[in-house]
Amino acid sequence: MTYSAPDWFDIGPLEHIPQRGARIVKTARRDIAVFRTAGDDIFALENRCPHKGGPLSEGIVHGRKVACPLHNWTIDLESGAATGADRGCARSFRVKIEKGRVYLEMSVAVAP
Amino acid sequence: MSEEAQRTSPRLVVVGNGMAAGRMLEELFQRAPDKYRVTVFGAEPRVNYNRIMLSPVLAKEKSYEEIIIHDEAWYRGKGVRLHKGETVVSINRAARTVTTASGRVEAYDQLVIATGSTPIAIPVHGVTLPGVVTFRDLDDVETMIDQAKPGRRAVVIGGGLLGLEAAAGLKAHGMAVSVVHLMPTLMERQLDPSAGYLLQKAIERRGVDVFTGANTQAILGDASVTGVKLDDGRVIPADMVVMAVGIRPNARLAKEAGLDVNRGVTVDDFMRTSDPHIHAVGECVEHRGQCYGLVAPLYEMAKVVAARLCGENSAAYQGSLTSTKLKVSGIDLFSAGDFGDAENDEIVLRDPSRSVYKRVVLRDNRIVGAVLFGETEDGAWFFDLMKKQTDVGAMRDTLIFGQAYQGGSPLDPMAAVAAMPDDAEICGSNGGCKSAITSAIARDALTSLDEVRAQTKASASCGQCTTKVEALIAAALGDKYKAANRKPMCKCTDLTHEEARGLIISKKLASMPAVMQELGWKSSCGCPSCRPALNYYLLCAWPLDYKDDAQSRFVNERVHANIQKDGTFSVVPRMWGGLTTPHELRAIADVAERFRIPTVKVTGGQRIDLLGVKKEDLPAVWAELNKAGLVSGHAYAKGLRTVKTCVGKEWCRFGTQDSMGLGVKLERLLCGSWTPAKVKLAVSGCPRNCAEATVKDIGVVCVDSGFDIHIAGAAGLHVRATDLLGHVETEEEALEHVAAILQLYREEAAYLDRIYKWVEKTGLARVRAKIMEDHDARRALYARFLISQRAVRKDPWAERVAGFGAKEFTPLAVVMPIAAE
Repeated sequence: MTYSAPDWFDIGPLEHIPQRGARIVKTARRDIAVFRTAGDDIFALENRCPHKGGPLSEGIVHGRKVACPLHNWTIDLESGAATGADRGCARSFRVKIEKGRVYLEMSVAVAP
Repeated sequence: MSEEAQRTSPRLVVVGNGMAAGRMLEELFQRAPDKYRVTVFGAEPRVNYNRIMLSPVLAKEKSYEEIIIHDEAWYRGKGVRLHKGETVVSINRAARTVTTASGRVEAYDQLVIATGSTPIAIPVHGVTLPGVVTFRDLDDVETMIDQAKPGRRAVVIGGGLLGLEAAAGLKAHGMAVSVVHLMPTLMERQLDPSAGYLLQKAIERRGVDVFTGANTQAILGDASVTGVKLDDGRVIPADMVVMAVGIRPNARLAKEAGLDVNRGVTVDDFMRTSDPHIHAVGECVEHRGQCYGLVAPLYEMAKVVAARLCGENSAAYQGSLTSTKLKVSGIDLFSAGDFGDAENDEIVLRDPSRSVYKRVVLRDNRIVGAVLFGETEDGAWFFDLMKKQTDVGAMRDTLIFGQAYQGGSPLDPMAAVAAMPDDAEICGSNGGCKSAITSAIARDALTSLDEVRAQTKASASCGQCTTKVEALIAAALGDKYKAANRKPMCKCTDLTHEEARGLIISKKLASMPAVMQELGWKSSCGCPSCRPALNYYLLCAWPLDYKDDAQSRFVNERVHANIQKDGTFSVVPRMWGGLTTPHELRAIADVAERFRIPTVKVTGGQRIDLLGVKKEDLPAVWAELNKAGLVSGHAYAKGLRTVKTCVGKEWCRFGTQDSMGLGVKLERLLCGSWTPAKVKLAVSGCPRNCAEATVKDIGVVCVDSGFDIHIAGAAGLHVRATDLLGHVETEEEALEHVAAILQLYREEAAYLDRIYKWVEKTGLARVRAKIMEDHDARRALYARFLISQRAVRKDPWAERVAGFGAKEFTPLAVVMPIAAE
């Protein structure tokens, strides 16, 4: 096993993501939804609802959760897990803010 | 200090004589009074004073003498050589000397940089005019006091901590004061929107005008300031402008000396700069990416610097949790930690009648943030629990009531009401005490909430005390009480949709935070169920003033297209009354080919649906359709969808009126309007009803003598034939009546109720009376409808094509391998 340092990619300024909204980052492997809460916390999940693959980036962000636009499953932004009675989990990725810019840990994000 | 020590002990030079430097020296002398020969350079011509008390000085509540921390005697007593009014202009790190503006050179063994911060001046025209001041030091305060005369006008740019304190201070001098703030709510970095709303109300109550969401374009004036111009064109007259948009670390000296500088002078956990002989402390510092502008962190840093200078190698600074208070007398607010939007786990307590708002945010049973407004006694307690990361799981139910309430058992609301004394106030709005309500229940044999409301007015205004009043009725009637079939909007409130709507109007609530505070919402910012509803109610109530909140809308309404199961969208252009032209069809065909749109389908509403459009293609697709004159069909909206028509008398041998023409006119009149749920219309040219008008929300059936107007049909999950509302003779009347029906529905229905649902609740007879019989009421409805249409008379597609919210449609970033794997 090889150790690799985190591979932080600058994906743009924070203000390019609407508060209580999301934007996507397209990679060869998958689309990643980057969410910004009203409190300027950010989270990154694979842009697929664990239910039927709905684009989570299009959902209504409330608190640290997002409601999938297709069937209203509520997904926890931190863990990617469905909340309430629903079961399933969207993959989550590491993301951080530095000096007003958003960085995504890309080595994991583009891994299979 | 002995003479020997005077000559041989190491030399410590401190650049800056503010609060951080002062506290560092105190900490140092406590540990080792004689270790260093200390020299201090202060740019201000005075001793160290308490900068955070400048607001009370400005407000004439305190004098300069009262805020001095270290007087001349203190420096003398500690053997400190203090050079007041002497600015250090350079550091020679190789020679270990500093040079001042007057040319003095001072050698050091250890140097501490404590240069503080400088106010930020926004780069607008006029910023250098006489009359523009900052609010940073005593000179600024003296300038302001000098210019602050009753009747003169001041504009404070910046609605943060400093700006609001300046505004309150100037108001105390009798000036007319306005605050101009860029963000939608005041102090948005320290407060959430609910507390920001209350703060604005409190500031305005003191006679200060507040402009939020206001961007300063220029400061006006020739010889001196005459006003501030906002980018929306408004001009606020001013004789003085206070620049209070923020501070930036003053790191110039360090930077020129070649030290590592980012936003501030970068230091490690030992407060060391990149030069081992130089420490830095205070607002000029950047530690772990963080710069601080509050006093508590400066003190923590000062302690570490002093300890390090005394050789305590274990001392380290870990960063600070900060809390905020506003020093404006009569306004109590407190905030600490992270409370942005963690509604996942929060406890909220609001008391609208006393303007109290308390919110504690938890994560894993630990407090991570708190915002208090109106009652802040427990701020320190919450902050302490937060810093110690205490598990508060066991006191969760009573936590929000504060420290005094801990240890008791949570109250059962029923028992609590029963235990209240007779004169206890139940309804704060209408002054109903417990006995007034219970005696009315007994005297008039009241059995329901509505009856109690009608007789006593209790719970009839804001509905805050509904639960308590219901508990009183239940206690009086016992098992006989059947709780009314009231369905609250959601878990954030006990109010029904209709009650909330009514209160938005009667209390003139104009923003989401206003609604949530004044109606006692149980969450800090609502949920996906109440937010879209409130957004609609506000839009409907204040069509010309309320600013639509896109993030409170379902994706379809945000992007003006319908999301499909694979995440692509469908696009439906309007075809007025179901009519189209070869030109439009050609444009649709071109778009379908050019963007490889996989499915083209005719809809049930007589138009064409383009299915499978990728989100990033939407603006280009709209642009192409716009060019051919096609606009959004709002097929995604809670609003007017289609007006279906049959051919009518223009062609049909049975047709009695021009049903196509009326359909087109209706669609043009009503389109773009937001409604509680979708609205579909149809116009049939004769009673054979080929347009199926009698299963629509509103249907018009043409007859020889005019037009029959039907409402409340449905043909979906629920199938229902319309009810005949009435008959009109002319086309103009038909248009006015239909628009008035739509407006009545817009103003009264609960969000997501289709027209048939609303009519079932409110009663057909009532709608008929308002529309067909009360001509004044109908005309007023029609007039209000036309006003609200003014605000939406633009094609959302064209707006988007023009670039409005363009970021919605493009990825934030695209990360693709340069070569194939």
